[in-house]
Amino acid sequence: MVSNGSESSRILNEIENLKSSKIEIERQISVLEAQLRDINGNKDHETNSNSTSPCSPLSNNGDLGFGHGLSPDMIYRYSRHLLLPSFGVQGQSSLLKTSILVVGAGGLGSPALLYLAACGVGRIGIVDHDIVELNNLHRQIIHSEAYIGQSKVESAAAACHSINSTVQIVEYKEALRTSNALEILGKYDIVVDATDNAPSRYLINDCCVVLGKPLVSGAAVGLEGQLTVYNYNGGPCYRCLFPTPPPTTACQRCSDSGVLGVVPGIIGCLQALEAIKVASGVGEPLSGRMLLFDALSARIRIVKIRGRSSQCEVCGESAAFTQQQFREFDYEKFTQSALSASPLKLKLLPAEARISSKEYNERIAKGEAHILVDVRPAHHYKIVSLPNSMNIPLANLEARLSELSTVLKKGEEQTGSGSAASLYVVCRRGNDSQRAVQYLHKMGFTSAKDIIGGIESWAHDVDSTFPTY
Amino acid sequence: MQLTLEFGGGLELLCESVKIHNVNVDPAEDGGDKLTMKSLLAWVRTNLIKERPEMFMKGDSVRPGVLVLVNDCDWELSGQLDTTLEEKDVVVFISTLHGG
Ligand SMILES: [Zn+2]
Repeated sequence: MVSNGSESSRILNEIENLKSSKIEIERQISVLEAQLRDINGNKDHETNSNSTSPCSPLSNNGDLGFGHGLSPDMIYRYSRHLLLPSFGVQGQSSLLKTSILVVGAGGLGSPALLYLAACGVGRIGIVDHDIVELNNLHRQIIHSEAYIGQSKVESAAAACHSINSTVQIVEYKEALRTSNALEILGKYDIVVDATDNAPSRYLINDCCVVLGKPLVSGAAVGLEGQLTVYNYNGGPCYRCLFPTPPPTTACQRCSDSGVLGVVPGIIGCLQALEAIKVASGVGEPLSGRMLLFDALSARIRIVKIRGRSSQCEVCGESAAFTQQQFREFDYEKFTQSALSASPLKLKLLPAEARISSKEYNERIAKGEAHILVDVRPAHHYKIVSLPNSMNIPLANLEARLSELSTVLKKGEEQTGSGSAASLYVVCRRGNDSQRAVQYLHKMGFTSAKDIIGGIESWAHDVDSTFPTY
Repeated sequence: MQLTLEFGGGLELLCESVKIHNVNVDPAEDGGDKLTMKSLLAWVRTNLIKERPEMFMKGDSVRPGVLVLVNDCDWELSGQLDTTLEEKDVVVFISTLHGG
């Protein structure tokens, strides 16, 4: 008899193999299609055999003698750009010669990369160390289901390539750090910050200042977005505006606060637009101004921000921030948060005040009388919850203590033996539950224990069918 | 003095999730007919901020990471805490976002 476990792992393996074959086949198809387009393009336009190689957009192989270096294929592909009087051949030629680095292939990076590849930026670098997950796909529209579990950079590069095989894509499957940032950013004309955390934003800003690169910075959380261009034409840098990092508790993350998918989409598109403006020298980039987008009220506000600060520690008059100082700067310490957006893992309680999800499961299986308090916000509780739990959000715990005492007393009566019912506290990942237990201990509920790792560990270690989010 | 105060970037969560507040602030509190940003901040803290005031203020100014805009202009350009406000001014407090 074949056990269910080995049968399902065989199927999973086969799915994995088929998925990677599918990706490989799609890649081969797109290369062949590009070759075909090249052959046909040359036939249509009866040009000489000196065709544009699909991988060398920066070369002038296709120069027809009109002085702009655009091949017939390029003229056709970018014709709607060329038809714009204010953009035209000049703007497009500049784009083709520009290199842009996009840091982060997530919600902001997805649309930014798609547009930058489509519009013919000569060389595009993509930096990300993450892999594609199912809960990314509602907003990170460059990725598709076939790439779940694979590198975001590979996935994004394949998507860019399938839109425009003439653009050179450089893949950096690593996190940006002080040790590699100077080398990577140094190879590009413009940097797009599409990251999701404070230390990365300071790191990228400082590196851009040291190297003298314009920085197109976007951010989005919840239903709001922000956009500006830093370090451009004597304008301010990120540190001119925010010399001191905010407290970590003020840094909302999409994985905690949620985000409406289209909101980073809009900001990412605007980042592509600003990068195109800087690259082509057309228009007025959003420097010294900031765009604030509020999706709910459908309002966009463009505000005037301060200029370069003479007291700025990296770009100010007396600032002596060198490459060496940059390499030695500890951005995680400076912002008190990690460069990767990995969730916080607090350790506030002694071991005896904690219990694993497995052990909790064993105890309830034995019929132990207990009360389970779920301290997540009510809208989290509505998504999914453990059976027989009661929801008292951490923010309301203080106000609802008497309610908790009553429930505990009832539980005590039910045990009959007069012994107290146990009190367990759970949250999403096991941080708030520790805060709650700490508070409960202080208020006299000394038996309270937190379930280590929250409902995520329940889903991981006890019930694999339990939904996570 | 009639003012419109707006909170964004998550700061609205400190004032019961209400983003726009049309308020009437008495400039006399400032001992004259002018109202400065410094006294407006104190007024906001007392009258609008319902929780975690440390997420809004640090000392007598806003905490790091909060942009203050007076009539769509960074308050750095108008004198920060010394900025004097006028009837119908719009003051925006916005927390910088990091997500993406
Ligand atoms: Zn600066």
